[in-house]
Amino acid sequence: MLSADARARIDREIAKYPADQRQSAVMSALAIAQREQGWLSTAAIDEVASILGMPPVAVYEVATFYAMYDLKPTGRFKLTVCTNLPCALSGGAAAAEHLKARLGVDFGETTPDGRFTLREGECMGACGDAPVLLVNNLRMESWAGGEKLDRLVDELAAAADRGEGAPRGGEGGR
Amino acid sequence: MNAPREFLDFGPDAVLLAGLNGDNWRLADYVKRGGYEALAKILSAKVPPAAVVAEVKKSALRGRGGAGFPTGLKWSFMPQQYAGDKYVVCNSDEGEPGTFKDRDILRYNPHSLIEGMAIAAYAMGCARGYNYIHGEIWDVYERCEEAVAEAYAAGFLGKDILGSGFDFQLHNHHGFGAYICGEETALLESLEGKKGQPRFKPPFPASYGLYGRPTTINNTETFASVPWIVRHGGEWFLNLGRPNNGGTKIFSVSGDVERPGNYEVRLGTPFARLLEMAGGVRGGRRLKAVIPGGSSAPVLPAAIMMATDMDYDSIAKAGSMLGSGAVIVMDETRCMVKSLCRLSYFYYEESCGQCTPCREGTGWLWRMVDRIENGEGRQEDLDLLNSVSDNIMGRTICALGDAAAMPVKSFVKHFRDEFQHHIDHKRCVVAPYL
Amino acid sequence: MDAAVKLGIYVPHFCWHRKLSIAANCRMCLVQVEKAPKPLPACATPVADGMKVHTHSELAVSAQKGVMEFLLINHPLDCPICDQGGECQLQDLAVGYGASGSRYGEPKRVVFHKNLGPLVSAEEMTRCIHCTRCVRFGQEIAGVMELGMMGRGEHSEIVTFVGRTVDSELSGNMIDLCPVGALTSKPFRYAARTWELARRKSVSPHDALGSNLVVQVKGDRVMRVLPLDNEAVNECWISDKDRFSYEALGSDERLTAPRVKHNGEWREVDWPTALDVVARGLKDIAAKHGGNAIGVLASPHATLEELALVARLARGLGSESVDHRLRQSDFSDDGALAGVPWLGMPIAEVGAQDRVLVVGSFLRKDHPLIAARLRLAAKRGTQVSMLHAVDDDWLMPVAHKAIVAPSLVPATLAGIVVAAAKGAGRPAPPALAGVVPSPSAEAIAASLLSGSKRAVFLGNAAVQHADAARIRALAQALADIVGGTLGTLVESANAIGAALVDAQSGAGGLDAQAMLADPRKAYVLLHAEPEFDCANPVAARAALGKADLVVVMSPFAHGTSYADVLLPVAPFTETAGTFVNCEGRLQSFNGVVKPAGETRPAWKVLRVLGTLLDLEGFAFESVDDVRRALTPDAGAIAHRLSNATSMPVTAPAAHPAPLERVADVPIYFADPLVRRAASLQLTADAKPPRARVHRALLEKLGIADGAQVRIRQGRGEAVVAAMVDAAVPPGVVRLAAAHASTCGLEGLSGPVTVERA
Ligand SMILES: Cc1cc2nc3c(=O)[nH]c(=O)nc-3n(C[C@H](O)[C@H](O)[C@H](O)COP(=O)(O)O)c2cc1C
Ligand code: SF4
Ligand code: FES
Repeated sequence: MLSADARARIDREIAKYPADQRQSAVMSALAIAQREQGWLSTAAIDEVASILGMPPVAVYEVATFYAMYDLKPTGRFKLTVCTNLPCALSGGAAAAEHLKARLGVDFGETTPDGRFTLREGECMGACGDAPVLLVNNLRMESWAGGEKLDRLVDELAAAADRGEGAPRGGEGGR
Repeated sequence: MNAPREFLDFGPDAVLLAGLNGDNWRLADYVKRGGYEALAKILSAKVPPAAVVAEVKKSALRGRGGAGFPTGLKWSFMPQQYAGDKYVVCNSDEGEPGTFKDRDILRYNPHSLIEGMAIAAYAMGCARGYNYIHGEIWDVYERCEEAVAEAYAAGFLGKDILGSGFDFQLHNHHGFGAYICGEETALLESLEGKKGQPRFKPPFPASYGLYGRPTTINNTETFASVPWIVRHGGEWFLNLGRPNNGGTKIFSVSGDVERPGNYEVRLGTPFARLLEMAGGVRGGRRLKAVIPGGSSAPVLPAAIMMATDMDYDSIAKAGSMLGSGAVIVMDETRCMVKSLCRLSYFYYEESCGQCTPCREGTGWLWRMVDRIENGEGRQEDLDLLNSVSDNIMGRTICALGDAAAMPVKSFVKHFRDEFQHHIDHKRCVVAPYL
Repeated sequence: MDAAVKLGIYVPHFCWHRKLSIAANCRMCLVQVEKAPKPLPACATPVADGMKVHTHSELAVSAQKGVMEFLLINHPLDCPICDQGGECQLQDLAVGYGASGSRYGEPKRVVFHKNLGPLVSAEEMTRCIHCTRCVRFGQEIAGVMELGMMGRGEHSEIVTFVGRTVDSELSGNMIDLCPVGALTSKPFRYAARTWELARRKSVSPHDALGSNLVVQVKGDRVMRVLPLDNEAVNECWISDKDRFSYEALGSDERLTAPRVKHNGEWREVDWPTALDVVARGLKDIAAKHGGNAIGVLASPHATLEELALVARLARGLGSESVDHRLRQSDFSDDGALAGVPWLGMPIAEVGAQDRVLVVGSFLRKDHPLIAARLRLAAKRGTQVSMLHAVDDDWLMPVAHKAIVAPSLVPATLAGIVVAAAKGAGRPAPPALAGVVPSPSAEAIAASLLSGSKRAVFLGNAAVQHADAARIRALAQALADIVGGTLGTLVESANAIGAALVDAQSGAGGLDAQAMLADPRKAYVLLHAEPEFDCANPVAARAALGKADLVVVMSPFAHGTSYADVLLPVAPFTETAGTFVNCEGRLQSFNGVVKPAGETRPAWKVLRVLGTLLDLEGFAFESVDDVRRALTPDAGAIAHRLSNATSMPVTAPAAHPAPLERVADVPIYFADPLVRRAASLQLTADAKPPRARVHRALLEKLGIADGAQVRIRQGRGEAVVAAMVDAAVPPGVVRLAAAHASTCGLEGLSGPVTVERA
């Protein structure tokens, strides 16, 4: 089910750990699976379990423990906005409200067109750049308030029109 | 709202972050700055590992991850004669709200960490290391992967480093959204491919760490300081700060200041000076409160803060903790109930769930604060908040329990009137800041 | 905590359990340690010299009360309807450490129920206090992590992986471990309140461990079975078979009055009538055809008293054809055995070995708790090796494996003997001169030689093997060479007892196989169901069908097609009796409920029969009389236990058939009780057998995985679904015995053919 490319990347991760500690690669294996498939289905978790020789329920424990794994399909773009106190003080809470209004959804919801899922995030370790948000776990946007948010949403909507995923290269990656 | 800073100004006293501009992170740049000299020096001169540890002890470097434990002392706990594998692990899971310094070290100067870990590995006889990076900063993880690859290619990592016979394998591992993995034993569990649930201590990682082997865990900033100590000597580093508080420290200043960001200052610098570096309170408003060491540290009112110096001992004397060096500034327009409410929600969300007081207590605390914030507070709630906090503190497996309780206790202690007002009048004393 | 327990000081706790790893997560056991700034968990704090601990100081008690408050805030107040009510650690402790009113004014958490399968109920997961005992049990004792705790914080929940059930053969222990009423017994659910139940001691009638039981009864019904702690035997565990087989006691198939077949019609009769028919029938046949025309097949799950009396009855009638070794097929070393095969050591010693070879065993299913002991040993570093016909998953680290077709097991074992002899610098038995050890045989031999406490165990498949005598001789040679102990895992609850009271064929008599191959005129079946319990069910049915008289003594209406008389005799819960377990431990028990309907204890029935037949030695007043007269005492037993054989080691012939059968006896088909235990029959282990084969075989035959195949063995055949199984070597078909769908096949092993059905 996972592509050969994904399997190869997982193998590279496994190689980082001692030979008898394959399960150390579970977090990256799940991240790779999720990146490829958009979310973690039961079948994907099962496959990761068999690649790593772990009991499926142990992989499931991991998949449900860490907040960035999605055990249900999300919209094409998952926007996770940090609303923790340091960010909230510098516009994080306002940015979240702005996105709710713009997309017409609450936290944890997906727009009817399936393009956007909005999430409330916890501290991303980037509070100096507040407001900050993550697109599909990978791209961090800094100083993302007001107009800049609107531009981001437009950019992503256009990408969706072209059937593309999230472009990389947010400002947080500078 | 913040704006991007035009250039990266970490302050005149910056050491770790000095001269970094975002484009000079590569190995070649680092070497130009004198990078890897320290590692080369100890390897070529065959400096005894114990001498490296002694130098670090002399520097009075204290852990930058939160607890401020003396680093040299920690290193000396590693069993020297142990026959099997030993590990050195870097805690880059920076998740303490308000803290964003490790991210700048990793993205602007990743090789300083790599060099610091290699020296640590040499000093403690470790052949393998892992750098555990916060999941949300994916770009930084990718940059670290590149940097590590550069270091392997240049012979600063891998087998027989610089022809010295010393082997050190270093790999990056990413988190995926769990604050608790910043706690060192949760981090180890997570590295082992499990849920990040802290272990009961003792045994400490130095005797039973990663895969059950002796392991030393330090924060990114701690390791990144090590090449400087080795290059310039422990004495030099110590003198950057104060006795028992050696070195410079990166403070992540966030919240209501004109220029949020990282400022590296000598330990012992007055808070007022730090505030000034960050442009002062935003909009010229009055300072109300500061959390001086990350969200888990007790909040302090403006008056106390303005009279305090930024070092471990001074802040402790003032009634809080230097912690991770995250300085969260709140001005006069901020509602303390609402601020606490957001923090309590954070601890409730991030409790790993294994021990009873934290699992059950963090939810209880948050629900009470939330009720008060929403005008449904009861008179007995303030005492109950204190009592529930007391029932959590000191009774959990890891310090997240304390971290959840301390903000509650300190907010209620210093701003009781504001809470009382909420209960009596079902609204804020200040205008909401949204 | 261990220290406190030793001193008899009670420290309240939930997550700590003496058999599990320390989690220190419930925080209930916080105590005050002098010089420590904070209260410390007693379970995780090692005692140090000079340490002063206050378990009931103000600080300790206030910490404990604080934790109790947290535990209760999200716990439902449904004790009045909770199955755990009355035996709930939380309820008990809440009385001591809880406050009377709650300070918690927020909404309580609700946790959705889960389906864990037919045995363990997780309907009330809101009650869970997250102690993770169940999870740790799976990981540490059962060897399989089927439960986990998903999510984090307050949202953590105990779950299986999406859609899976808990299938471990030890799963019921999680119910006992759960300190609250979150995991409860599904069959017992809402059946009774715990305080209405009387608790009676008993002993498991299933595997040879002889687990000690507490049988809980209400009136005349067995409501529940729990383990009785016995560190030397079952520790604090029992298998699901021990725990849930009681459901069979109330099955529709219970026979509640004697029946006699009259012109092909079954009639209920009273006991005197039935016994008269039996006595006259047996007497006539003995008179006309000689005593040996009567064959007695007795179950090795019957009690010692029953077995002793049935053997005495047979011999009284002049028959030496009495046997309990129903699944055995090689009796050639009958005269060569020095004694009764047994474990070779106390049960507790099994885990203390540091090198072990197990030959021919479906270990987990045949001996669930022996497997658990070996599992713990293996985790501590014991090297456990396996010689077997399929790569059975024992859920433990196995050091070395030799997986070969059944007919090659003796040759492979011979290889291990040769390799071990070479390694030890000792001469190999001359008969093995031409044997060349395989690489896995070399590895196993090297492993055995490297340890200091070594054991070679023969499993059920080895004992039931067509070449069992040779295997035993080889195993003895191996044990001698490596300086280890030879042990037999022993097939069933009372196989040793049966042998001790001579319920097996003697000189001039026919053994269990022979008396079916060469049909008798009459059969007496004591708790035995030959079409499931015998090695060759086809021969059994043919012989029984031809006999003039078949007397069935069973709690169940069984064998109506071939029987002439059905005598309802008591199952283990309705009679006093004795079992001798694999280590030779004599364990007597009393009946826990009154016999159902007209059911009588078999020992009484046999006593009356003996008297009716005017036989000597049946004048017993009570079961104690029987015991006194017929059971050997512990000293005598110890004297008679031995695995030694005087059979010489001979070179095994190795000419395997192109395709051979391996028949496991699935755990929930293995004896008459489990076969009728409704909930056990719903488990994964009770699924209809499939023909498990190597992928290559199905490909060669052009048969799809899952398609129906016809298997032929001897004169018989069976049609079952095929299944690809990577654990089965080429040339082998694994197809379970003891099930209706496969009892058309002859023998537990031997050549078979497979074709598309
Ligand atoms: C709840 C919790 C979260 C923590 N988060 C971090 C973190 O994000 N980064 C970090 O370096 N240390 C964190 N720590 C502290 C670590 O447990 C540990 O003390 C530290 O990594 C040791 O490194 P140091 O001695 O260099 O400070 C955390 C501790 C707790 C209890
Ligand atoms: S204090 Fe909280 S986060 Fe720490 S181990 Fe206990 S439940 Fe987990
Ligand atoms: S509080 Fe938002 S990134 Fe730290």
